[in-house]
Amino acid sequence: MNRRMLCILAGATAALSSTSALAQTQLTVYTAIEAVDLDRYKATFEKAHPDITINWVRDSTGVMTAKLLAEKDNPQADVVWGLAATSLLLLKSEGMLEPYQPKGVEALDKKFVDSDTPPSWVGMDAYVAALCYNTVEGQKLGLTAPTSWADLTKPEYKGHIVMPNPNSSGTGFLDVSGWMQMFGEQKAWDYMDKLHENIAAYTHSGSKPCKMAGAGETVIGVSFEFPGAKAKTAGAPIDILFPSEGSGWEAEATAIIAGSANMDAAKTLVDWSVTKEANEMYNAGYAVVAYPGVAKAVEHLPTDLPSKMIKNDFEWAANNRNAILKEWQKRYDAKSEPKT
Amino acid sequence: MTLALDSMPLGKPLRQEASRDDLVKRGFMVVIGLYLIVALGAPLFVMLSKSLSTYRFDLTAFEFQVSDDTGGNWSAPVTAADLNARLNAVADVDLTTNSDGRLAVTKFFPDFKFRSPVHYRLRATGEGASYLVGTQLQKGSDWQDYDSGTFRRIVLRPSRGLGLENFKSYFSTPALARSIYNSILMASISTVITVAVAFALAYALTRSRMPLKGLFRGVLTVPILVPSLLPGIALVYLFGNQGIFQLWLLGHSIYGPIGIVIGSVFFTLPHAFLIILTALSVADARHYEAAASLKSSAWRTFRTVTVPGARYGLVSAAFVVFTLVITDFGLPKVIGGQYGMLAVDIYKQVIGQQNFEMGAVVSVILLVPAVLAFWVDRRMQKRQVALLSARAVPYAPKPNRRFDALCFAFCCLVAVFILGMIAMCQLAALVKFWPYDMTLTTRNFAFDLMDGGGWAAYSNSIKLALLTALFGSLVVFAGAYMVEKADGFRTGRSIFHFLAMMPMAVPGMVLGLAYIFFFNNPANPLHSIYGTMTILVVCTVTHFYTVAHLTALTALKQMDPEFESVAASLKQPFHRLFFRVTVPVCLPAILNIAIYLFVNAMTTVSAVVFLYSTETKLASVAVLNMDDAGDIAPAAAMGMMIFYTNVAAKLIHALIARGLLARTQAWR
Repeated sequence: MNRRMLCILAGATAALSSTSALAQTQLTVYTAIEAVDLDRYKATFEKAHPDITINWVRDSTGVMTAKLLAEKDNPQADVVWGLAATSLLLLKSEGMLEPYQPKGVEALDKKFVDSDTPPSWVGMDAYVAALCYNTVEGQKLGLTAPTSWADLTKPEYKGHIVMPNPNSSGTGFLDVSGWMQMFGEQKAWDYMDKLHENIAAYTHSGSKPCKMAGAGETVIGVSFEFPGAKAKTAGAPIDILFPSEGSGWEAEATAIIAGSANMDAAKTLVDWSVTKEANEMYNAGYAVVAYPGVAKAVEHLPTDLPSKMIKNDFEWAANNRNAILKEWQKRYDAKSEPKT
Repeated sequence: MTLALDSMPLGKPLRQEASRDDLVKRGFMVVIGLYLIVALGAPLFVMLSKSLSTYRFDLTAFEFQVSDDTGGNWSAPVTAADLNARLNAVADVDLTTNSDGRLAVTKFFPDFKFRSPVHYRLRATGEGASYLVGTQLQKGSDWQDYDSGTFRRIVLRPSRGLGLENFKSYFSTPALARSIYNSILMASISTVITVAVAFALAYALTRSRMPLKGLFRGVLTVPILVPSLLPGIALVYLFGNQGIFQLWLLGHSIYGPIGIVIGSVFFTLPHAFLIILTALSVADARHYEAAASLKSSAWRTFRTVTVPGARYGLVSAAFVVFTLVITDFGLPKVIGGQYGMLAVDIYKQVIGQQNFEMGAVVSVILLVPAVLAFWVDRRMQKRQVALLSARAVPYAPKPNRRFDALCFAFCCLVAVFILGMIAMCQLAALVKFWPYDMTLTTRNFAFDLMDGGGWAAYSNSIKLALLTALFGSLVVFAGAYMVEKADGFRTGRSIFHFLAMMPMAVPGMVLGLAYIFFFNNPANPLHSIYGTMTILVVCTVTHFYTVAHLTALTALKQMDPEFESVAASLKQPFHRLFFRVTVPVCLPAILNIAIYLFVNAMTTVSAVVFLYSTETKLASVAVLNMDDAGDIAPAAAMGMMIFYTNVAAKLIHALIARGLLARTQAWR
């Protein structure tokens, strides 16, 4: 091959790669949002920013967190959009997140934004702890619906409650951390000791207890509001109850992975993720979103849901998670033999 | 391990030196051997070293200074270790932690008040030492100044080390250590039941003249065609709190040991049945004639002739079942409830708590019983002697109306159990909202609206199964050929054979986790296959290598070594012999390997659950994930899709086999 040919080839390749770079930025976005929402979120964002293409990598919260941590030395993601804030705090404590102050973040409710400045994560929406109560099975057994967390320790519910295991489910941990913050640490352990006597099973997933209640496999499922509303729409005979003491909650949030090769596009996405438009989009499934005044009522869920949310200290939860999980496992996993 | 090869009769006298053919063969063997090392040996090694990777708060690496009430006049620097020695604030055992460990610094300052004017300084001197201010990561040996309000929020992070602490903390956690007992108990109970039932079935099929033997043979192998999660789902619908036969359990819960045992018997039955059937088929009628002429009772004949004849089959079946149950992950995940099992613990540690080190520890522990069972089985196999001498007379059962009826009834009972489970899943997949809305619907097949990967996962699974069948049979058969037909190079062949036998003893979960550690390392030149279909194919071929290897070996052993000699004397290169004679003759075996790999690739969960990516979601994993999210009916629907695909594959296999065999096996 002669030199002129080489020059032409080199020029052609350069031209090709630069035009494609100009035309489209490919963003690898890790997420744990519901499978049905993927296309909608992508389409809405790409309509606002046609020069950026989102390539989703989606899985459940636990798998996604494990995957991100496993890739710590060689991150594959540009942005995480739609992962539990608690998981993002784990990544933050490993130094994996790029602090960035998105344009317009001031408009968001403070509790949905990382407390450091600039913030490492910004929230999208919340999922709130709730009880799914099967009215048909409850009536068969002559039970009354519980109204508070304290009610759940009543002897009549023995063997009729299913809750997620905090050691394998983020929802399980948000329940436990919620009780700790509401009742105080010692009282929360006392409460869980009593609750444990009534639990029929601890599941590995946070939505499963509610779906089990919906299918009559259990009467009360400790879960969160989203699968409750979904199951009810599908025809499950359940009531979605919010205990009177208040509910623990978790934010779904967005963050940039440090060292991303597409930093500008990543920032564009995060800027857009805090807009009113984006929050209206989140509202289709979630009753509570980060942008105040946007949320419209969601079918089967109360409109005053935000008032049921406790003041959640994410930092406290993240820094105490390991110790709490260890203690939980010691107390309840060891004696969690099958109930006959 | 010593090898079967050593006990083989010495073959032909030594040739002068390796021919070019032999060099080519050795080259091939080295390549396939390397494949096994990269796909099995190296990942397992990396995983073992991961289980030794520990986390501990290194208190000597953190230094503090405290001011007086004016915020100045700093005290002399003091390390956290010194403070702890003085205060005994944190016990030594609590310094050992995991990768997410955090230790509040205020523990070292008993008179700390968070609204005091006192300031604190902190620096991390050791390499790798870091701490968090709130949730913000801090490193480095420069002094940082914090007011008391901020100091309250500081936690220390552990540094990495090497040691056995993970194992210590495993065995000191009762919930985890109990899983060992649970797993062994479940595997033992299931083994006893399965082997007993399988023996009775095989006995009925070989020693009676009951009708419909062919049909039963087919029905009894059906569970191989479904993922092990499916019996779990069926049991939920049959015996769950809203189950049809819930009352049969007399108030006991199906979630837990009962469900695990029933489900395990279901999915391991075909394996045990096929092994014992083979063992019982080889019977010498002369032994029975001798027993009859000695007027021995039927029971005595059974004890002294039938059972001893099949004892190696029984032992083999027992170990296969034991290994399958103890390493299975899908079933206890679905139906195990609170009953801790080792395979589920790995998943809980890695996915639930992102504690990779502890996941590796559980994997190492799970390897022990599996390797042990495997080793004992191999020892037993070596003592097996040929039962069927050339003079043996095949046994032909005589009609016995009562005995035949009894056998028939028992086979029917088991067939109803198997088909009932499958039918239950099919029904559940078609019902709108069990148990409140029993109208029929196809809504549960709209996988695209659920978590798990949708219909794309289904087509990915078919792609994986086809690729695994294609490449797997190629690699396995070529490897077995090299082991069986290459001359000399004994050590190399022994090592290769050992490598090929190893996957049997490695649980799928362990293999999958080992693959993450090994392939997701940016320093690994093979890193690029991580997250692709390639890694799934490699993993699946490796996971099911042993049985395929043994099948190929058996077929090759039936071929007279004279073929090689004749080809050599006719100066024919080995590849000509290989493609013109060996492959056509062994075609039935190759087809069997292909269908074995296909079916297993469709149903496998344990190995691939850590390895799939968004583009390569699989149907079997979708069953798991949908069940996990509580979408049990769609999970059953997807499970049934896998079942029907495998049935179709089996039928196509039978058609191809018939067509091809008519052409290539006419000599038989």
